[in-house]
Amino acid sequence: MAGANGIGKTSLLRMLCGLAPVESGDILWNGTSIRSQRSAFQRDLCYLGHLNALQESMTVHENLAFAAALGGFAPAPGQIPDILTRFGVGGRGEHIVRHLSQGQKRRVALSRLALSPARLWVLDEPFVAMDEAGIRMLAQLIAQHLAEGGLVVLTSHQPVEIDAFPAQILELRA
Amino acid sequence: MKLTHIKPIGLGTVMLAILRREISLALRQKGEVLTPLMFFVVIASLFPLGVGPESALLMRMAPGVLWVSALLAAMLSLQRLFASDFADGSLEQMALSSTPLTLLVVAKALSHFLLSGLPLVLMAPVLGLQFGLDGPSLGILMLTLLLGTPTLSLVGSIGAALTLGVRGAGVLLSLLILPLYIPVLIFGAGAVEAYASGLGVSGHLSLLAALLVLALFFAPFATTAALKISLE
Repeated sequence: MAGANGIGKTSLLRMLCGLAPVESGDILWNGTSIRSQRSAFQRDLCYLGHLNALQESMTVHENLAFAAALGGFAPAPGQIPDILTRFGVGGRGEHIVRHLSQGQKRRVALSRLALSPARLWVLDEPFVAMDEAGIRMLAQLIAQHLAEGGLVVLTSHQPVEIDAFPAQILELRA
Repeated sequence: MKLTHIKPIGLGTVMLAILRREISLALRQKGEVLTPLMFFVVIASLFPLGVGPESALLMRMAPGVLWVSALLAAMLSLQRLFASDFADGSLEQMALSSTPLTLLVVAKALSHFLLSGLPLVLMAPVLGLQFGLDGPSLGILMLTLLLGTPTLSLVGSIGAALTLGVRGAGVLLSLLILPLYIPVLIFGAGAVEAYASGLGVSGHLSLLAALLVLALFFAPFATTAALKISLE
């Protein structure tokens, strides 16, 4: 999803998640309105907004375990360290989030995606604050998710190559 | 591949996860638990200094003073109930959790009771001694606080949710919530007075319990609705 600043990309994403009310029309998931199947829809959904949703006084590991609990599942033993390594923040599991850099916090927030069993990812500017290697890694992760039959809705200001998958670009205009 | 080792967990486990998180956060930021408690001690201790050491008067005032101090102390920590989760985006994730937000709200209110109500219950008899309350009266005071402070947490969570992201939220919260605390205050302080004057306390206690049941049933829904409005 592309468009100028302030055009309403974030608002639209929040509506898709059911966080913001829809003035007219409806949002369907698997053919049914998300309002009538909130719990089932939210089990299928992983949303990552501008905010990292990390509690600064807790460790990286505690944050991810809590995110998993909110998602309604328990991570397998060893899964969290594996994912952190994959996201380039390996060995930081026991660090307090406050002590990480902006980019590292973003990586930890994004690692929720790999942890979650959700089929639908809704990502608001996921490439912000990421270095080049991070962007490549995230593009790879998205490609893998798509290959496994997942669906991704994201906003971005920079064009990103996601291998071999047709992306539908929705350009919002005033 | 990653879908193979997903172990679903029950609603109770999710609520427990919230509770554990709140408690471990509180243990790391001890000041946040100790401040309301010290506030309670200081406020209640100021009264004997202000009105003089006349023991009959102090004994007569004790239930009211201790209850009002407890009320204010419980209020002090309410503002933070959702504020930091709202600021860092965790609250959004809670709203999007497959567990109903209402249950998460109950867990939050329970954690508020454990971290700010329960310490007040345990501290109250020490302060009661300053006012010259006897043993059985102290027991009744603790019992009323034990029944009353969960109601304070539950009703307070509505106010905390309504004032999220508002400037000057602390004062607004007091104005919104203190009037709603009046019934709890009347029956809480009334029970101790009724005991002191030789009347039965079971009526007061039953009413406090009824208020708790009422709050337990309605407050989480009201808080959830308020949180959803704040998140829009």
